[in-house]
Amino acid sequence: MADAPRMPDECGVPDIQDYLHPVLKKNYGNWKWHDRPRPGVLHHVAHSGDEIWTVRAGTQRQMDLYTIRKLMDIADQFAEGYVRFTIRSNIEFMLSEESKVQPLIDKLQAEGFPIGGTGNSVSMISHTQGWLHCDIPGTDASGAVKALMDELYHEFTHEEMPNRVRMTTSCCQINCGGQGDIAINIQHTKPPKIDHTQVANICERPAVVARCPVAAIRPALVNGKPSLEVDERKCICCGACFPPCPPMQINDPEHSKLAIWVGGKNSNARSKPTFHKLVAAGLPNNPPRWPEVAEVVKNILKVYKEDARDWERLGEWAERIGWARFFEKTGLPFTKYHIDNWRGSRNNLNASAHIRF
Amino acid sequence: MAKPMHATPMLDQLESGPWPSFVTGLKRLANDNDMMVDLLGQLETSYETRKGYWKGGTVGVIGYGGGIIPRFTELKGADGKPKFPAAAEFHTLRVMPPPGMHYDTNTIRKFCDIWEKYGSGLIAFHGQSGDIMFQGCTSENVQPAFDEINEMGFDLGGAGPAVRTGMSCVGAARCEQSCIDEGRTMRALVNNALDDMHRPALPYKFKYKVSGCPNDCMNSVQRADLAVIGTWRDDMKVDQEEVKAYVAKAGRKYTIDNVITRCPTQALSLNDDDTLAVDNKSCVRCMHCINVMTKALSPGDDKGITLLCGGKRTLKIGDLMGTVIVPFHKLESDEDFEWLEELASEILEFFADNALEHERTGEMIERIGLTNFLEGVGLEIDPNMIERPRMNPYVRTDDWDEEAAKWSERASA
Repeated sequence: MADAPRMPDECGVPDIQDYLHPVLKKNYGNWKWHDRPRPGVLHHVAHSGDEIWTVRAGTQRQMDLYTIRKLMDIADQFAEGYVRFTIRSNIEFMLSEESKVQPLIDKLQAEGFPIGGTGNSVSMISHTQGWLHCDIPGTDASGAVKALMDELYHEFTHEEMPNRVRMTTSCCQINCGGQGDIAINIQHTKPPKIDHTQVANICERPAVVARCPVAAIRPALVNGKPSLEVDERKCICCGACFPPCPPMQINDPEHSKLAIWVGGKNSNARSKPTFHKLVAAGLPNNPPRWPEVAEVVKNILKVYKEDARDWERLGEWAERIGWARFFEKTGLPFTKYHIDNWRGSRNNLNASAHIRF
Repeated sequence: MAKPMHATPMLDQLESGPWPSFVTGLKRLANDNDMMVDLLGQLETSYETRKGYWKGGTVGVIGYGGGIIPRFTELKGADGKPKFPAAAEFHTLRVMPPPGMHYDTNTIRKFCDIWEKYGSGLIAFHGQSGDIMFQGCTSENVQPAFDEINEMGFDLGGAGPAVRTGMSCVGAARCEQSCIDEGRTMRALVNNALDDMHRPALPYKFKYKVSGCPNDCMNSVQRADLAVIGTWRDDMKVDQEEVKAYVAKAGRKYTIDNVITRCPTQALSLNDDDTLAVDNKSCVRCMHCINVMTKALSPGDDKGITLLCGGKRTLKIGDLMGTVIVPFHKLESDEDFEWLEELASEILEFFADNALEHERTGEMIERIGLTNFLEGVGLEIDPNMIERPRMNPYVRTDDWDEEAAKWSERASA
């Protein structure tokens, strides 16, 4: 009799307590206050009087074994054998003695890891998988992020922004990268090209029809074969039909462009959470370094840095100065495409006589 | 020694510059790893043609229906054979990290050893879903790789129309603003729904995210079907000596411009002696003043959670924020956690029964109305759930008196 296959141990999420640095475990839920001695370093003080210093370093997120083992060696040598990662793929080392902070920083910098991403800096860009691993990407993720972080290195390692800046990239309009102060997302500009020889073999046609947000897709017979057709006057080029039906080829080397969105904010601090808003589009998908995107992003950050007040997030700044002035100060063209026409769009129009002159 | 490297002039340009380069890492792996040599070849092709070349498929582990992201190359020659055969199968294992993404180095070293044995050597800490992503595995090696990871006490995360991997912030482990035990909360929610994670059969994805305070570092309001956000309902704590020390250091003008006047509900006032007056009834727990004056101000003692439901991104009807379904509930005792698990199960079940195919909770609530959803899952209405009352008359109010009586009854209870 053959051996029975091993069934999974459906253990789920591990217990956090088994993986905590001893000082964090001891003071779990009993922290009192914190400050930031320098960019990239947090200092937390517990009610017990215990202190912990955290050194935050940027990583490439997509890490090879050698890089990971090097980081673990550093953690063992300088940081008591524990690490954690932030939601933006920064690595954090926790130290129970202040005297260990500078040697750790020196070591990380010598190995090429930037120290920063805390407070009012530009932190690491949260991103998706792109050409490296996604089945529906319009562009790459890791490469675009590497290129941008090279350009924004100073802003990662310094805390010079009015408030924190959280950036994201996404390789399609599903936007797995998420909301951000600045989001860089694929924006398709042409309807899908349909491979009619494949639709009937691969796609569940009613499901594809149902996915379309504007009801632009209908079943059709093409060259005698069951397929789908798109009403190109209705199509908004969102790509929603592509994941369930790969023959609906939405990605295009020329016509899949990049768009820049600003003002997304998840925190409740001061203003309520907001979604990011479209400010620029039509930028070319230009690997390996996407210079046109970097130029627009750096310009927005420069104007924000000069003009916003302390603690104002990018979107809060734009709301205070008004969107007319945002476009004036950034020099970005204002177009009819900035005016929302999707459902609920009138909520995004100015229903008042509040005009800044 | 692996097969010779393909020329990668485009990717090579991503090795320069100060930020750590993933390309340098991939190349180092390729020194003795054919899969990585060919992965670099395919990725370089994508950079040249600006096209992706992966397709999905069906690869899994025994006992589970999800958690592996299968990838097969579509980059084939005229003979139908893969141009980069060693990377023709390049699957990902999604593995759930400990809450807050805390690790000891031994655990990560073991992950590395397993992935050196069975995979490409490429690991992402972490994907947007919150998983450790072990990227680059042949179909054959998925099962043994999972078995060894599973033996370590780690489990696959979610993919497809299923409960997805949860996320929680650094939280109580190292943050004074934490209002709950985030790690326990996230673990309780996900581990209560493992069947719906490992055997995808929901209308669409369902995500839990847990943030310990309204700074919402996990972006739960924008991304989670069920967002758990820590808060408090008594007065926030003020150390007046520290307030004075802050004003003395930062200056009165700076304090007024950056703390007092930034309060969204004008709940703060600076007294003549440089102490702080707080109108706690007006405070909405936005966190701004606490973020600025970390030593002087902190959340109150009567802590708990606010629950929001229905956050999601664009597809299909447009972005939706989560909205409040429980303004406050304690989350300390075992009974509190049982209540949360039961409510979460109730919501998941309602979603499974009532959402259309490929509809998220937010879209379902938009379609059926919040009131119907609340009735379905057994929650009471509350004025904290709305931004403002209805502005249109298109509603039948036949049983107004009955509904008003319910409110009076609740108010007097």
